[in-house]
Amino acid sequence: MTNSTIDRRQFLKLAGLGGAVFASGLPGFAHAQGAQDFYFVQLSDTHWGFEGEPNPDAKVTLEKAVASVNALSPAPDFIMFTGDLTHTTDDPAERRRRMGEFKEIIGALKVKDVRFIPGEHDASLDRGAAFKEFFGKTIYSFDYKGVHFVALDNVSDPAASLGQEQLDWLKADLAKQKPEARIVVFTHRPLFDLAPQWDWATRDGAKAVEIMMPYKNLTVFYGHIHQEHHQMTGHIAHHAAKSLIFPLPAPGSQPRRTPLAWNPQAPYSGLGFREIEIKAAYGAPEINELPVVKSA
Amino acid sequence: MSDRNPNNLARRRALLQGLRFGGAAGVLALGGIGLKALAAPEEVRIKMTVKRFEFSQKELRVKKGVPVVVEIVSEDVPHGFAIPAFKARAEVVMPGKPTEVRFTPDQVGEFQYLCDIFCGSKHEELEGLLIVTA
Repeated sequence: MTNSTIDRRQFLKLAGLGGAVFASGLPGFAHAQGAQDFYFVQLSDTHWGFEGEPNPDAKVTLEKAVASVNALSPAPDFIMFTGDLTHTTDDPAERRRRMGEFKEIIGALKVKDVRFIPGEHDASLDRGAAFKEFFGKTIYSFDYKGVHFVALDNVSDPAASLGQEQLDWLKADLAKQKPEARIVVFTHRPLFDLAPQWDWATRDGAKAVEIMMPYKNLTVFYGHIHQEHHQMTGHIAHHAAKSLIFPLPAPGSQPRRTPLAWNPQAPYSGLGFREIEIKAAYGAPEINELPVVKSA
Repeated sequence: MSDRNPNNLARRRALLQGLRFGGAAGVLALGGIGLKALAAPEEVRIKMTVKRFEFSQKELRVKKGVPVVVEIVSEDVPHGFAIPAFKARAEVVMPGKPTEVRFTPDQVGEFQYLCDIFCGSKHEELEGLLIVTA
């Protein structure tokens, strides 16, 4: 298995596509039973509760993102938050207060099918206890219009492992799918060693990727690194999403993973969310990156 | 002088034995020098502690090719200790229980070590610099 980082242009070239879209799987996907065109939205790393210079507008950024999602037409079929909904705190009561506030703000989303996975800021200090109280399970799968979606948890273990039990579950869950099935996997951390010196990895992520390898149309969407990033492990594409609080530097580009400075001339630059379109006729999800606010 | 002279034979045997002994001793001596020269450099032991949110040493200086063992113990909660550049990592650093992490730096430069077990609000700042010199 080889890992390769690719930019948007290379990605399009590999996928044989043009325009502002990405294709992750192999072209020529056979029309799946029940498949229909649809799209969903991925939001990530909102870090509700964060205060600091990297985002002086932290108290309103999430609300603005909610308004931008509400303005999408047609509305997405569902919304997925890929972790770090809240900024970590050592105080369990404060953690729950932040989760409650987050839930209240996103309650304004018009789309009511909203799903979540935790990030380490939400779940690593109490092994996901507070997260489960507010948002439910951290590991699950569901089917929607011919696509099998899998949500993994590589943060409730503070050592950033999936663990054998979850790996066994993943294997059993995917075993019900055909090799050509369209599958989308959500995680918070990258499943491959993107930048271990910044803790941008999952200890046993390679085992999960190995389990996924027999599936020809499987794509991973994750967060954690606060920037758009695209990498292949073999035929599997891994797409990192932007944050909604502050951007981080390119993987390993400097000694420390300090947030990029807020630019008052271009507020919210480097932040955003994405639409992911699934077309019934193709196996490859298409990605459209959007800013927090249209002027950004 | 005939070789059949018993004195000469005895002298010759003694000489041979001496040579054999001396040779063996020489080989041993040379071998000893060789082994000493070829032996790995002595391991350097570094003792440190970690707590939320700092390592007792924010900078470690080591020599390329010299094996290092970091003996680390937590003063509060479970932490991690990893030097990804040299694939060195502790499974977990527990409070009050010293953990050893061994590695041999094979390149000079500056490398990060970090806590890779999420330990609290400033976990992401819990890191240090490993400086490897020639």
